[in-house]
Amino acid sequence: MWELIRANRRRSAVLMLGMLALLLALGFLIGSAVAPSLAATEHTRGHTQLHYVFDPTAGLIGVAVAAFLWLFQATLAYFQGDSILLAVSRARQIEKADHPQLYNVVEEMTIAASLPKMPGVYVIEDMSMNAFATGRSPERASVAVTAGLLANANRDQLQGVIAHEISHIVHRDVLFMTLAGVMVGSIIMLSDLFLRSLRFGGAHRYRSNSRRGGGGGAQAILFVAAIVLAIIAPILAQFLYFACSRRREYLADAGAAVYTRYPEGLASALEMLEQGNTPLETANRATAPMYIVNPFDSGAQAAFGLTSTHPPIRERVRILRSMAGGVSFQAYQSAWAAAKGHGEARMPASALQEAPVAVREGQAQGVQPTPRERMREAGDLLRKVNQFVFLACVCGVRIKLPPDFKRKNVQCPRCGHVLDVSMPPNPESNPAGRVPPEIPMARVRKDAPPPR
Amino acid sequence: MILMLVVIAILLVVVVWVVGMYNGLVRLRNAVKNAWSQIDVQLKRRHDLIPNLVETAKGYMQHERGTLENVTQARNLAAKASGVGEQAKAETGLSQALSSFFVVAENYPDLKANQNFLALQEELTSTENKIGFARQAYNDQAMQFNNKIEMFPSNIVAGIFNFKAAEFFEIEDAAERAVPKVSFA
Repeated sequence: MWELIRANRRRSAVLMLGMLALLLALGFLIGSAVAPSLAATEHTRGHTQLHYVFDPTAGLIGVAVAAFLWLFQATLAYFQGDSILLAVSRARQIEKADHPQLYNVVEEMTIAASLPKMPGVYVIEDMSMNAFATGRSPERASVAVTAGLLANANRDQLQGVIAHEISHIVHRDVLFMTLAGVMVGSIIMLSDLFLRSLRFGGAHRYRSNSRRGGGGGAQAILFVAAIVLAIIAPILAQFLYFACSRRREYLADAGAAVYTRYPEGLASALEMLEQGNTPLETANRATAPMYIVNPFDSGAQAAFGLTSTHPPIRERVRILRSMAGGVSFQAYQSAWAAAKGHGEARMPASALQEAPVAVREGQAQGVQPTPRERMREAGDLLRKVNQFVFLACVCGVRIKLPPDFKRKNVQCPRCGHVLDVSMPPNPESNPAGRVPPEIPMARVRKDAPPPR
Repeated sequence: MILMLVVIAILLVVVVWVVGMYNGLVRLRNAVKNAWSQIDVQLKRRHDLIPNLVETAKGYMQHERGTLENVTQARNLAAKASGVGEQAKAETGLSQALSSFFVVAENYPDLKANQNFLALQEELTSTENKIGFARQAYNDQAMQFNNKIEMFPSNIVAGIFNFKAAEFFEIEDAAERAVPKVSFA
């Protein structure tokens, strides 16, 4: 396992260096192209003859600007990245009482992966199905799932998804993807700035400057090179980023199978995500690789190209399902090779030597909440984190009041009993064995069961 | 004089080596203990949950006295057990009693609709999983410790200071052995 993390780290370092080189080269070229007058005037002072000598000063200033831009963003991402990501995704932290099953599943996977600390559990208020992990180290990590996933997934599926996210944390993917994502962002930002300044009349100024300076030829070459790199660099950086992201998804799938000892859980969860998913509202291009499935692609991912952040779901499912002879990284590797038709070493040797563990049975059978109950639970969870007040009426109805409900008391829509709003919420007051019917304020459900 | 210095130097090296080996063994033994306490926490939790479960189910399952009694009995046996091997055996019995209880519970829709029962069921399922995952961690740790004790040269130090091999916590194997054989007669 440790070798896996080390190998990841090594690969990340190489990739980061490549991206950094790209970023600095871009900074240098743009700097040289934007400020040629600086170079030219320096040299006209000392000489009667006008001639252009290549002066790297402007280029170095460009490098410094690029480096500063990246360092600033990377520092921010390192210390605040997780809270920013959770905030823009509109994720809210929950306690065990809010959703015991989700909390338990995270706890189980924490034990299975022997994480030093249980990650924070967050719920995203969105009815699409997705999940992500964030945090710079296993000591400071969080997992977030959408309310839609909670409403639709059974216990095994939820466990598979959480295990996938926990293996991202164990493999240190989260830190890498955050820093790499910021690097891509810096490159895009720099290129964008440069290209935009050209469009808004800047180009003319640069050109006339360079003519006055007399270094026309060399300057023009630099200028063209800067434009070309400014166009190519963002694309190149994204390809690198996405390629890495795809590889890590496979590794996290393998980890999830090993932790849960039940590959079918994740496989059926992925299948469900593929079939009935709607795009996630709060996701954007930059945060897309963080999620378990691409938040934009709904339906079949037929076009598996260089720009996908995730491997096609069908392939992931097929690999998970064809794991035979117990679960281990070795079994995943063989299944992967069989599905791809060629065997490439993706896992480090030590991970492959771990003994396979027997596949256990699923737990979704037996007494399970029905889909309707799960849906209601997810809705309740959202109301709870949004400070809704729950009142239990004597007739068994549970009334849910929004946080901006101002009146002192409220009448039960079924039995007419007037309830005091300031009364502390007491969901335990229901007689045992009776499911409290749902009656949201101002709307009595037609399918509510008749009172007993 | 030189000979004495050499002897002293060799002795010093041996002492440092033995101390290092000893500390390594102690560290591993503590890791085993820690892993065991992780299981123990979950086992205790399960023992605490079961009386609640039986209490909740009692009212609904009057005709299933035997099943409920089995669960209670298995629980009391497991709570009394001491030593890794004995505990593992008792816990396996408890797991089996619980799973047959949940199979029977399938036939009682009123019970299945009870919020309290559903919550308890989720807790028990999760605790069972946690035991399983913690057991794996414990056995890995125990294996590492036992290898150190048996392998040369650390086995010499282990022998001098009387380190005892850790017992494995084997639930699953026992459960697998208990699977009834299918006969095609």
